[in-house]
Amino acid sequence: MSEPNPEITDALVAEHGLNAEEYARVLEILGRTPNLVELGIFSVMWSEHCSYKSSKKWLKTLPTDAPQVIQGPGENAGVIDIGDGQAAVFKMESHNHPSFIEPYQGAATGVGGILRDVFTMGARPVANLNALRFGDPGHPKTRHLVSGVVAGIGGYGNCVGVPTVAGEVNFHPAYNGNILVNAMTVGVAEADRIFYAKAHGAGNPVVYVGSKTGRDGIHGATMASASFDEDSAEKRPTVQVGDPFTEKLLIEACLELMATDAVVGIQDMGAAGLTSSSFEMASKGGSGVALNLDHVPVREDGMSAYEIMLSESQERMLMVLKPGREAEAKAIFDKWDLDFAIVGELTDSGRMVIQKGGEQVCDLPIDPLAEAAPEYDRPWESTPAQPDLTADQVPAHDPAQALQTLIACPDLCSRRWVWEQYDHMVGADTVQRPGGDAGMVRVHGTDKALAVTVDCTPRYVLADPVQGGRQAVAEAYRNITATGAQPLAITDNMNFGNPEKPRVMGQFVGACQGMGEACRALGTPVVSGNVSLYNETGETAILPTPAIGGVGLLDDLSKMATVAFKADDEAIVLIGETHGHLGQSLYLRELCGREDGPPPPVDLEAERRNGDFVRELIRGGWVTACHDLSDGGLLVALAEMAMAGDRGAAIQPPEQAAPHAWLFGEDQARYLVTAPQAGDILQAAQAAGVAAYALGRTGGPALKLAGGPSISLQRVRAAHEGWLPSFMSAAG
Amino acid sequence: MQAAVIVFPGSNCDRDIAVALERASGQRPHMVWHKDSTVPEVDLIALPGGFSYGDYLRCGAIAAHSPVMRDVKARAQKGTAVLGICNGFQVLIESGLLPGGLLRNESLKYICKDVGLEVETHDSIFTRRYRNGQRVVFPIAHGDGNYFIDEDGRRRLEDEERIAFRYCDAMGQVTPEANPNGSVANIAGIYNRERNVLGMMPHPERLADPLLGGRDGAAMFDGLVEALA
Repeated sequence: MSEPNPEITDALVAEHGLNAEEYARVLEILGRTPNLVELGIFSVMWSEHCSYKSSKKWLKTLPTDAPQVIQGPGENAGVIDIGDGQAAVFKMESHNHPSFIEPYQGAATGVGGILRDVFTMGARPVANLNALRFGDPGHPKTRHLVSGVVAGIGGYGNCVGVPTVAGEVNFHPAYNGNILVNAMTVGVAEADRIFYAKAHGAGNPVVYVGSKTGRDGIHGATMASASFDEDSAEKRPTVQVGDPFTEKLLIEACLELMATDAVVGIQDMGAAGLTSSSFEMASKGGSGVALNLDHVPVREDGMSAYEIMLSESQERMLMVLKPGREAEAKAIFDKWDLDFAIVGELTDSGRMVIQKGGEQVCDLPIDPLAEAAPEYDRPWESTPAQPDLTADQVPAHDPAQALQTLIACPDLCSRRWVWEQYDHMVGADTVQRPGGDAGMVRVHGTDKALAVTVDCTPRYVLADPVQGGRQAVAEAYRNITATGAQPLAITDNMNFGNPEKPRVMGQFVGACQGMGEACRALGTPVVSGNVSLYNETGETAILPTPAIGGVGLLDDLSKMATVAFKADDEAIVLIGETHGHLGQSLYLRELCGREDGPPPPVDLEAERRNGDFVRELIRGGWVTACHDLSDGGLLVALAEMAMAGDRGAAIQPPEQAAPHAWLFGEDQARYLVTAPQAGDILQAAQAAGVAAYALGRTGGPALKLAGGPSISLQRVRAAHEGWLPSFMSAAG
Repeated sequence: MQAAVIVFPGSNCDRDIAVALERASGQRPHMVWHKDSTVPEVDLIALPGGFSYGDYLRCGAIAAHSPVMRDVKARAQKGTAVLGICNGFQVLIESGLLPGGLLRNESLKYICKDVGLEVETHDSIFTRRYRNGQRVVFPIAHGDGNYFIDEDGRRRLEDEERIAFRYCDAMGQVTPEANPNGSVANIAGIYNRERNVLGMMPHPERLADPLLGGRDGAAMFDGLVEALA
């Protein structure tokens, strides 16, 4: 069957998401009109999703270097040194648009895609995380989306046997039309056995392994690069369908093959499928490629070259082998009952030449496509500063009532309903399960563990992108620190609206600035990331959401700290300064119905100092429990520690403080710790120049405020555990 | 004790059970590929948790027809100890080594959490280190663990003391509220008539190490080593 060969009209070019300027560049590069296959390839390679054309300029400003970094951004995933010749490999990626259209498959294939990014590099995946944002709980679609996304994440992760150990879930009306599903995978590899997406060596065979290619997901990358409109639901056929069983086989087969030395380079087929995997590998290795599509395993007859090149069928990998190793590699894939096909070879032409049915259907220069993609300096404007908000401008509610409301609100209630649907223990190395500050996974066969977390407070970023960007990085740092682990590096998932709007672009620019400052100050460089723009429906953009995935290392598991109170009558000490900052707090939103004021400022020096101090306390065996303070402030954190340890506390706020601001303000750089006695900790804090305050003692069945109310732990727990299950089981 | 762990395509707790067995016995189990036609001479055969064949068709249904299962069945009939956990339990049922069926959880959701179990009888090589009526905590992690058997079958299991574990609450009471998946009579694990085959949904291998939050599961493996050494 010969290829469809329509005339390349302006309308067809526009349908492919290329603007006039970009198309002029295509003509200039080729010196002729492209055919349909070539146009399709330009379209996906230059989509926002694949080319980062709006974001690149600002991403480049983020710090990516540190002694522990083995591989920074630009590969399938980032790689950091975790000692003993081992490396942690990780990345986070969005699957927002597909998950809104088809929540189960969208979320499931999001997990599948990020897993492949990690095992492609030779790492065995050891932990999954996710950051989810949904619309208003009252919105008619929200329940359906939560249910489908959670089931999809579980359906995929549970089957492949990678524990899902941490995550975050938020609700806000700004996500009504654009939910966010960000999935992160962390893997462990031998540091000297990392595999890269570089294809070199003319004559080396190019091999396709995994599932067969079908018509699913064609133009998924282009869809991910446009705003939603009324017809988005009709895009359902561009959502891929996942098969976690095949993925599990693919993990085992690839790792088995990688244990030999037969692989030159390897890359998963993610967004833009065979097109981007072959172009990226060839470009990074400075090679040319000759592909014969007749050898690509296909699911159905009559697929055109256009469809094969742009399909986003899941669970597929492309690799370049050393010559003569084909039979050995094929035997491994045969053992796992996976397709294995030699689909081409490397050349030294610097061009991608594709044959199908005896015809040449594509001849493109590789570098101009992969590396010389357009890059824009989009106009941007900074977000105006919010006027200050002092405690006396905010009504003081009864603290007991306020806690009861906050602890049950959609953004603070227990996520048990979610994580009990995820297998968070498979692998028998999960040493901290979901519900604490960070998930922790023991490095198999050792006494060390990785602490992993995902964090972002989008309402802070909206109010002040720079402070919000700082805060997201700082919170990830604190969550890792609170386990005793040393934060090592981050991955970012930048979810924003339409970058062609200067206000939105300004949010992106500001967030990058804040993140960069925090990464430098806290010693956690960015080693991988993903950008998802155009998260808008009509004129409504999402809250700017730069989700941060953090990874830290605890080199001695016996020192690990958890949030739970451990014993009665222990001292509770608050580390860090409390000013009672209520701007953008959950107290303000949930109790007063307001979302205003500036977000809490992030003093990066204090973050570093307090974090170092807390880690020292934990490692020295001084504290029995530790929890970072974030959403909801001090009383919420205290309640979380009490619920986890099933014992209450009696606390004494300072007399001069306004109780509502002191108890619910969201000042940064703070932790709560417990210890048999406060004295040594207060003394050490003073010596280290760290603010510390003896808050009270553990014990009893309630949270008691000196001179104030006593709040039954049982009631707090009922409110905390109750909201999500009752929301999800409600009719409608 | 020498053990063999059967590895099906999609098994994902094969390493976990191997680690727990090696920890108890000091001997590394043989990992036996499902396409092999025989299992080496061993004291215990373990069928691990996971999603063999992606749970396609019915959980455990395709794995039950793997080449290796013919030998597993023959060994079981000759008296070799066989332990099937989670997906392994589903495979044992689909192979006809154990009676009943495992249906979708009543909630229709996958559930992963610690559950209380009442040890119904310590009269087996698997539970000899526990006391009758002892409450232990093991995790469950499954979407299809809702054990079903008809009334006659249930009575037979009870009469022959073949119920290994029942789901119970924090006080050790076997109540409907403590039943996580809708299983008949809170049944979490059962023996064959000869008591050398145990199938169970909960995962003792996931709580056999204090760093993971408990070690109630370790007594099962220690008991097996003692009985089969």
